[in-house]
Amino acid sequence: MSSEPLIFELSSPGRRAFDLPALDVPEATLPGALRRGRAPELPEVSQLDLVRHFTHLSQRNMGIDTNFYPLGSCTMKYNPKVNEDVAALPGFANLHPYQSGDTVQGALEVMFELERWLAEISGMDAISLQPTAGSQGELTALFVCRAYHEKKGRRPRKVLVPDSSHGTNPASAALCGYEVETVKSDDKGHVDLEDLKARLSPDVACLMMTNPNTVGVFEKDVRAIAAMLHAVDAQLYYDGANLNAICGLARPGDMGCDMMHFNLHKTFSTPHGGGGPGAGPIGVKEHLRPFLPVPRVEKDASGYHLKEEGFPESIGRVRCFYGNFGLLLRGLVYMRALGGDGLPEVARGAVLNANYLLALLKDRFEAPYGDRCMHEFVLSASRQKRENGVSALDFAKRLLDFGYHAPTVYFPLIVPEALMVEPTETESKETLDAFAEVLRGIAREAVETPELLRQAPVNTVVGRLDEGKAARQPNLRWTPCPPPPA
Amino acid sequence: MPHPYLPLTDHDRAAMLKAIGEPAVDSLFDSIPPDLRLGRPLALPGHLSEMELAREFGRMAGANRPVSSLESYLGAGAYEHYAPSVVRHVLGRSEFYTSYTPYQPELTQGMLQAIWEYQSMVCLLTGMDVSNASLYEGGHALAESCLMACAATGRKKVVLAEGLHPEYRQVVKTYAGPQGIQVVEVPQAASGAADLKALEAHLDQDCAALAFMNPNFFGCLESGADLAGLAHSKGALLVACVEPVSLGLLAPPGDFGADIACGEGQPLGIPLSFGGPWVGFIACRQALVRRMPGRIAGITDDNRGQRAFVLTLQTREQHIRREKATSNICTNQTLLALAATVTLSALGPVGLQEVATQCLSKAHYLAGLVSRVPGVELPHAAPFFCEFTLRLPVESAGVCRAMRGQGILAGVELSRFDKARPRDLLVCATETKTRAQLDRYAEVLARAIKEAA
Repeated sequence: MSSEPLIFELSSPGRRAFDLPALDVPEATLPGALRRGRAPELPEVSQLDLVRHFTHLSQRNMGIDTNFYPLGSCTMKYNPKVNEDVAALPGFANLHPYQSGDTVQGALEVMFELERWLAEISGMDAISLQPTAGSQGELTALFVCRAYHEKKGRRPRKVLVPDSSHGTNPASAALCGYEVETVKSDDKGHVDLEDLKARLSPDVACLMMTNPNTVGVFEKDVRAIAAMLHAVDAQLYYDGANLNAICGLARPGDMGCDMMHFNLHKTFSTPHGGGGPGAGPIGVKEHLRPFLPVPRVEKDASGYHLKEEGFPESIGRVRCFYGNFGLLLRGLVYMRALGGDGLPEVARGAVLNANYLLALLKDRFEAPYGDRCMHEFVLSASRQKRENGVSALDFAKRLLDFGYHAPTVYFPLIVPEALMVEPTETESKETLDAFAEVLRGIAREAVETPELLRQAPVNTVVGRLDEGKAARQPNLRWTPCPPPPA
Repeated sequence: MPHPYLPLTDHDRAAMLKAIGEPAVDSLFDSIPPDLRLGRPLALPGHLSEMELAREFGRMAGANRPVSSLESYLGAGAYEHYAPSVVRHVLGRSEFYTSYTPYQPELTQGMLQAIWEYQSMVCLLTGMDVSNASLYEGGHALAESCLMACAATGRKKVVLAEGLHPEYRQVVKTYAGPQGIQVVEVPQAASGAADLKALEAHLDQDCAALAFMNPNFFGCLESGADLAGLAHSKGALLVACVEPVSLGLLAPPGDFGADIACGEGQPLGIPLSFGGPWVGFIACRQALVRRMPGRIAGITDDNRGQRAFVLTLQTREQHIRREKATSNICTNQTLLALAATVTLSALGPVGLQEVATQCLSKAHYLAGLVSRVPGVELPHAAPFFCEFTLRLPVESAGVCRAMRGQGILAGVELSRFDKARPRDLLVCATETKTRAQLDRYAEVLARAIKEAA
């Protein structure tokens, strides 16, 4: 497929893709000093050219609907179509956030119900739907943690994160004004209890933990860890990125976790949109409820209400309005489709698929954490790197040639040449078999014809990119030709 | 249980367990200690079929009265515009909406190019040098702009004109507090515009940024050039929080010397959707680009000599720098940035100017009508764009209720934000309103006031 021109390169003055009815009131004007001198140089294209341009761009993109996407820690499961249909209903899509409560009872019911579902699934006592993405959920919970300690007149300075943690954990902690300390993992991939113990003090505000963690291992000592933290009045944060592995079977709230976020765009099937929108609600235990963001959804005999006042200890708002409502809605549609009986089947399917795929691949790669996993697993291409001079990146790029999205590579940081694979429960056995066959074939190529991996991809619309040049000589926007001299 | 989203059959499971070497699916969960397992079914209703879902959520949707079934004059940061039909169709391409952040650029050139086109359009609209790939929403974009200004200047104080939306200011305070950044809020002048004297009194050598909104929360237009002069005289950066449709007519932030421009992209073809998902935009001068939060797409070459797109300047980001990153942003609002890109492409320079002119003209026509209703005042003298404040002779609550009974959402009651403004109503009219509707608004308003008095 040849390259697609920039929309600016398709522009021709005088074309348009949309028109308006004639103005039916007198035309008003602005004071001269406030006016724009020159119109912005936006593209001028016909409607068909616009549609073709963006359709071509979509054809140069890969989604779950087109290909298997085993991207570890991202839970790229099927995004049900009925979710999209419900979110597009005018009764939801065309609601203004400041309509009076009596005109939005259905929307408030969605929010109230979703909170109830998330609380039961997580074992948490109170939910806030406001955070926009997982990392904003982390940050919101850390604001809550900070407010909790401040109310007690304490100001612990440190947040602990395991060395296997997502990059957002330390970044969120720093944004919340904390110093970050890294806790080691042991050789089984668990948080190293001795190292944790050595770092605990009243200066620790919180430990941020993912469970199962990013190497796909369940942190079996989570309760003991919670007790160690609580002994110094530190909080245990549960990063919900991997909730898909245990949803309906085990609950963070029962493990001693004090606060957590959910990724509705991972566990609860809302589409990732090519990099968002997501939704990152948080859940907390009772002692942290007073600090949650406002407004909150409440229900009484007269109906549902958004309540802003009466929460003097609230951290305030982390965004305008009430969260990514359209995604909250999709998440609830998904939960109701699966139901209380179906959600545990999701976790069982996700864990079975991951273990099956691991069983099909483990003889070809190093599997540093053994032959069992939860919903995802990490392989290492270290041996191939050492013996054949091909890296995890080369494997990733070669997979693209066969129509698969690559696994997450070089994460977690504690595994050299990491390939992190998460198949999700929505993939069939046939899809996993075919993927394993291809990856095993690539492992053979790595030994016999390693050049094929290093040159990959060759079947994609572009080949490997010069990322260094992109950063050294940033070209981040289209620049119009200067206007002709007057 | 067989379910449309769960493909594994009993036959599959048996074969897979055999390959793994486990007797049962549940034994794969042996690493979870028994006392940490739930040990009971979730106390939640059972699964629903697609028809049942459609019925149940159709019922909840029916319990709402959307603006599309009424005549809405609500604005205050959320604007009803007509979205060109092409927007919904492009966004419905599932190659876009079911993809992840473009970590494998060879497979995601389409979205990367769309992001690059979005960045270009944000720059053209705002007159700034560089844009990122999107932020969560307008309030978040303002908060990140303030943090960016603090990081760039090494100062720890921001001055906010109270013409900034109250919720935007709350978001700034939430983000600023834990970093020890002082937030000063300065009341507006009686005209409705920023109070330059008062702002000057609060600006000093410790100040990282002066931030304002244009058009401001009350609908009034600010003088960006004066505010830029004020900020720069103390070495502070000017943060301009702007509304994109108005930029079809209004001088862009880059022209009056803003250092950072930010705002909410919802007016560019994005459904109201009860407040989200929308898209925050942020753009800045070239010198600040390495302080920029979030994703940025750039152009480079591939190994076949072709033009290609890629996420770049990633050493700013959390997945590389962890606690030293410029922000914690991972998932942002890419699909909504695509919506804004398609809308701006559909409108083009002429269409955008026409939409802005229609908004301006309809709001001014309506303001003219309602200002002749006995007892109604327009308290602010400053010029406005598509939104203005009305002061009623009676409390706004009863009037709004009465007008709602006539199918009109009369405006956003300012008492919602400020108890001292029980009679003030913020009224917005966009290109979606016809002259007949505007005429009816004035009539119904006059009647409602009369009945309330």
